[in-house]
Amino acid sequence: MRDERAPGPWRTALTVLRKDLLLELRGFETLPAMVLFALTTFVIFHFGFARDTIDGQLAAGVLTVTLLFAAMLGINRLFVAEREQGGFDAFLLAPVDRTALLVAKALALGVFLVVLEVIAVPAFGLLLLGPSLGSRLPGLIAMLALGDVALAVIGTLVSAIAVQTRARDLIGPIIGLPLLIPALIGMARGLGPVLAAGGSGSPPGKWVAILALYDVVFALLAYAVFDFLLED
Amino acid sequence: MSIYGRGLRGLALTTVATITVAFTLVFFYAPLDADQGFVQKIFYVHVPLAITALCGFVFGGVLGAMYLRTGERKWDIRSYVAIHMALIFGVGTLITGAIWAKASWGHWWIWSDPTLTSFLIVMLLFATYQPLRFSIEDPERQARYASVFAVVAGAFVPLNFIAVRAAQAYVHPRVLTLAGGNLPGSMRLTFLVSLIGIALLYSTLWKYEMAAKSTRMRVRALRRTLLGDDAVAPLKRSAAPL
Repeated sequence: MRDERAPGPWRTALTVLRKDLLLELRGFETLPAMVLFALTTFVIFHFGFARDTIDGQLAAGVLTVTLLFAAMLGINRLFVAEREQGGFDAFLLAPVDRTALLVAKALALGVFLVVLEVIAVPAFGLLLLGPSLGSRLPGLIAMLALGDVALAVIGTLVSAIAVQTRARDLIGPIIGLPLLIPALIGMARGLGPVLAAGGSGSPPGKWVAILALYDVVFALLAYAVFDFLLED
Repeated sequence: MSIYGRGLRGLALTTVATITVAFTLVFFYAPLDADQGFVQKIFYVHVPLAITALCGFVFGGVLGAMYLRTGERKWDIRSYVAIHMALIFGVGTLITGAIWAKASWGHWWIWSDPTLTSFLIVMLLFATYQPLRFSIEDPERQARYASVFAVVAGAFVPLNFIAVRAAQAYVHPRVLTLAGGNLPGSMRLTFLVSLIGIALLYSTLWKYEMAAKSTRMRVRALRRTLLGDDAVAPLKRSAAPL
């Protein structure tokens, strides 16, 4: 029984996404923190390993773990404005599809992750990675894109759950990390051959398939349960 | 007596009988493993515990989905108890697994074994069920969010096993393949009886806890009716659901 004038789900999602990106552009609250966190983590890894360059599986692990933890910062903050400034209530009052909020937030987190990677991956290439990035970029981008979908979808779901708890900064990561472990395995294993010194530069199909499967299943799951997180 | 109390005694006695038979079979009937000797007998406890715990997690997810569909509190409490019991069985699995690993492989923990590793990840995820639940104050929202978690985590169980298994080589003894397994008949019989015994134990404990919870709930309601609202202390905010 949608009102004639009510916007469709896609338009709603894009409006909320635009709001989120505008908020970030005006305030620069989350993204600079994520980027700085990632860069600092690379420096820490350099001293932790006491090595100037890394490659192969080790490099893949360092990159994946750094991106995962930087994403956690964004995930923790994703719904904070909605919670603190009554955005949830406003959204529930509007005659729009609730799933649009999931789509909008997942897209916003996805955009954050892409921007983060645009800065952090070249920095990783400069600071730590032994082999040059150039020829490896297509495989790297493919794996990162698949990983970003998992991070964005699961991150949005976890963030929506955690934001309503008393200890949301704690609950978010402890639920999110185990849920993301399979995606992390897929990303790290898929990137290992891509970043290997003498490697072919293309990710093994098995890991692409597993990561894609994980993305699809969790996108469907999140779509199925998200409405229950907004009912009030 | 609540519906959960009905048949509890019969179920408990059946459980005791089955587990007694199972242990008798384990110690007096099943042959010694040619390779591992006596230590291998922990298999008859470890594997049924693991299977029951994983089924308990998925069961909790199904019950959580029932709560989301119907909105009746009882489904959420059932889901809570199912996950709570499965967690206890899961801790048992990890401990017996570590003992077995130490005895047969020489290490308490083996990363290259996918079954062990994925079980640990599942345990890490479900260990957050209670912290999540108890940090939400509103009881209705607590039930809803816990159910969403139960559904997502229940679906995560098989996915996680696929991903981790793909990542590692097989070390774990693959005794239970779909093709019928490679257990000799006497071992398989013993194993099946043990599995039924442990599964019955899970059901008994689940039913018992549900009976205790529903009794406590009725007592509270009766006290409130007879003595007035002031006589019943409010639930603490981090209390388990009644």
